[in-house]
Amino acid sequence: MSLTTFIQHILTGVSLGGAYALIAIGYTLVYGILLLINFAHSDIFMMAGYFMIFSMAVMPWPIAIPVVIVATVVLGVLIEKAAYKPLRSAPRMSIMISSIGVSYLLQNLATYLFSALPKGYPTITPLKKVFQIGPVSASLVTFLTPVLTLILVFILMYLINHTKLGMAMRAVSKDYDTSKLMGIKINQIISLTFVIGSSMAAVGSILYFTDRMSVTPFSGTLPGLKCFVAAVLGGIGSVPGAVLGGFIIGISETFLTALGYSTYSDAFTFMLLILILIFRPTGLIGETVTDKV
Amino acid sequence: MADQNPVPVLELKDITMQFGGVVAVDNLSLQVHQGEIVALIGPNGAGKTTAFNVVTGVYAPTNGQVQFKGQPIAENYPRGKMEKLYAGQNKGAYTATICPTPDLITKKGIARTFQNIRLFKNMTVFENVLIAKHMNMKAGFFSAAFHLNNREEDQMREESLKLLEMVNLLDLKDEIANNLPYGKQRRLEIARALATSPDLLLLDEPAAGMNPQETEALTAFIRQIKKDFNLTILMIEHHMNLVMDISDRIYVIDFGKMIAAGTPEHVQNDPAVIAAYLGVDE
Amino acid sequence: MKLNNKRPYPVLSVAALIVLAILLIILEMNRNSFGMAVSILQKSAILAIVAVSMNLLNGFTGLFSLGQAGFMAIGAYVTAIFSIPTETIDSVYYTGGLAPWLKAMKVGLDVLPASLQIILGILAGGLVAAIFAALIGIPVLRLKSDYLAIATLGFSEIIRAIISSPQMDRITNGSYGLKNIPGFALGLDFLPAGIGTLLVPFSVAGLCIGFMVLVIRSSYGRAFMAIREDGVAAEAMGINLLKHKEISFIISSFFTAVAGGLLAMFMRSIEARTFQISLTYDILLIVVIGGLGSVTGSVLSAFLVTAAKEWWLRFFDTPLVIGGVTIPLFRTGFRMVIFSLLLMAVVLFFRRGLMGNREFAWADLLSWPRRLAKTTPTGPKTGKGGKKNG
Repeated sequence: MSLTTFIQHILTGVSLGGAYALIAIGYTLVYGILLLINFAHSDIFMMAGYFMIFSMAVMPWPIAIPVVIVATVVLGVLIEKAAYKPLRSAPRMSIMISSIGVSYLLQNLATYLFSALPKGYPTITPLKKVFQIGPVSASLVTFLTPVLTLILVFILMYLINHTKLGMAMRAVSKDYDTSKLMGIKINQIISLTFVIGSSMAAVGSILYFTDRMSVTPFSGTLPGLKCFVAAVLGGIGSVPGAVLGGFIIGISETFLTALGYSTYSDAFTFMLLILILIFRPTGLIGETVTDKV
Repeated sequence: MADQNPVPVLELKDITMQFGGVVAVDNLSLQVHQGEIVALIGPNGAGKTTAFNVVTGVYAPTNGQVQFKGQPIAENYPRGKMEKLYAGQNKGAYTATICPTPDLITKKGIARTFQNIRLFKNMTVFENVLIAKHMNMKAGFFSAAFHLNNREEDQMREESLKLLEMVNLLDLKDEIANNLPYGKQRRLEIARALATSPDLLLLDEPAAGMNPQETEALTAFIRQIKKDFNLTILMIEHHMNLVMDISDRIYVIDFGKMIAAGTPEHVQNDPAVIAAYLGVDE
Repeated sequence: MKLNNKRPYPVLSVAALIVLAILLIILEMNRNSFGMAVSILQKSAILAIVAVSMNLLNGFTGLFSLGQAGFMAIGAYVTAIFSIPTETIDSVYYTGGLAPWLKAMKVGLDVLPASLQIILGILAGGLVAAIFAALIGIPVLRLKSDYLAIATLGFSEIIRAIISSPQMDRITNGSYGLKNIPGFALGLDFLPAGIGTLLVPFSVAGLCIGFMVLVIRSSYGRAFMAIREDGVAAEAMGINLLKHKEISFIISSFFTAVAGGLLAMFMRSIEARTFQISLTYDILLIVVIGGLGSVTGSVLSAFLVTAAKEWWLRFFDTPLVIGGVTIPLFRTGFRMVIFSLLLMAVVLFFRRGLMGNREFAWADLLSWPRRLAKTTPTGPKTGKGGKKNG
């Protein structure tokens, strides 16, 4: 592989990783606070894709993008209030089953509303413009994604570590019951978590789908699983962990495909998951927790 | 009451338990002899339940050895990350790694109850006791699955019923465990532990949450089962009436370290104990 | 499942079985006029096996595993390889032919009648799945429940990826799938044609579910439930967690694969796409609707849900015209939306499902009219016991 090709692949991989990182953040935040694997997150990401298709049909992209983000956030918060909030005191398995149920519902809803056939994803013209830096060329979206990811993560980390709201979020994820007793408005914090996760997923979906041609009701399943793996890989509950995991998975997937093993790239991601769960379940940069008997 | 058999039923040798940088149990050594009732007392957070967890295999000790009837059943020394972090004593004194899972410890003859009652809540009183008989079943999986071991199954059921009768819970045998009043739940947990046919019984705060009358009944109950089942008992407790009444010897722990040991009279008057803690007289 | 303290009525059970067998034979002989009913019954029986296996693992042992689709795939492919007639097998593997060692095995097995080969295939499928489960279980079963779910999901996808990879072309036919799989009809000369279409899947289901019920009602079944209730306490009572979780996992996977083999025979042709994660979700939802911890619930639910999905809810997929006015919403896909909403309703409002964790008992059914007539001041009892039929 020549150096140019190598750099090209790195670029693609980092770009894909950025999109994965944004989606993984949604998983890690929700798990950190509710100890819930939000199986529906992948389908929220998929719905964001459809929202974009329909928004771009009636409005120019500078307006469509914020509309999509808002619509996705509304969907995410709605799901939380309708399907997760009622089960907060139920055994953990119930709420996980609920998230599977929501995922199922969203997929069937999308099939019903938009048909199972792929729908073409609209082109956001400036994003598709091809730039050349030295011998390496790629569309703007490829360059933009990692940059945008890092900016958003930076803002998020600032929110979490240097604001009162962020402190509340950290408190809830450390000790749910005590936080309630300390007067933290749990419902608001949880809603905020879903707002952040869903908006990140919406941005991620724009960046992800721009490079693909189309969206189907099942477009979210595999990326969703991979992004959950990314979150676990980095350390579930940790935002920097999710970002690290996202980039690792994005880059390895790109290289595996480039080397001709595309059928195995998915299996590889799951092997990574199993290995991490066996040897370092808290993730690469997660912290160890001992259970008290 | 204590047997003249020189080999103690249970011996802890230099048990240290360290979590990260915190030493929860610091170089604890103690002995329990055949037929004794020994109490382990100390303020909350002193490390008593942690010590229990080491004996029963829930934790592998960071350092030290546990002997049961003269044989080591658990042993460990600081390894890996803990080697640098180790802040306890007697480093280098132990070389073997014996870290069995709790079920193996129970199979050797040590049974326990838990500080926060851990019954099989949604199962009946009878089932709770019957399950504890499973470990001694001789039949293999397929034998049991095809119900070829009917005689053994009937025997297990008979023994469970007898046990329930001996602890006065027979009339409630089909009641869901979670529906029992607190005191009876505690008794059921002890009955369940007895169903494993132990030689040594570890009781973790058996009188927790009980009023004086219930505690008196429990005291009589413990005396009775010790006689009926030929037990040796090691007990964590805060209710000083029960402790002083029933114990042959007492060990006092504070901040993971042993600060006093001896008969109830001796410990009551020990200045170190009085200084650190004598507990609440109920 | 509570211990038996209800009076059993073996005569009623046997009578019910005979009635069922007669009904099935009648349907079999008229399968052309009852095509849809037959197909739904076949599929329900197959899904009932998976549902009970999943319940054994999930509802009784408390292990939230989502790997069912992968094990069904193993069972399906192994069964298919054994049962596709040797004469036509190379036309199925049209790119390069079946791998020589498999071909040799099939030729060797051809001394046996076809039905025996199929039985061997189903058993082999179960065995291969059991071996996989045993190996996968060692690292994976000690994980916390949510991690176990994702790990088993991952394995399911890995298995699917391996099956469809080009490297496996001569074993699984890679991404091309397998066809020419024989159906259930026994095809014996002395029997009317079509016999077996329903009797075979129902008998196999009966055997599988029957064995699992025996396990649940044995000491090991109680140990599984103890693990579900409180793993720490179970361990303290001498139950080795890994060993017992492995046993539950292996048994569950064995029967899931057997069901997979039956599914292959039902569909007559399979491909990796058949065994996506959505298949596991389908089973999970059947189990939830039936009630985690109730075998009767899983069986009932398998039939109800399959009938609803394939039949009753079809109503929603066809355009509805009342008095010349076309009602909006009713078109293809609406059925699944309604189904998903019903599911969410069960998950949110009827968490215990149809049967909760109770089982069917003749004693309950027979005393029902009497209990309805009485008004009991103390209200309904909690936690009834029960005995599974048969």
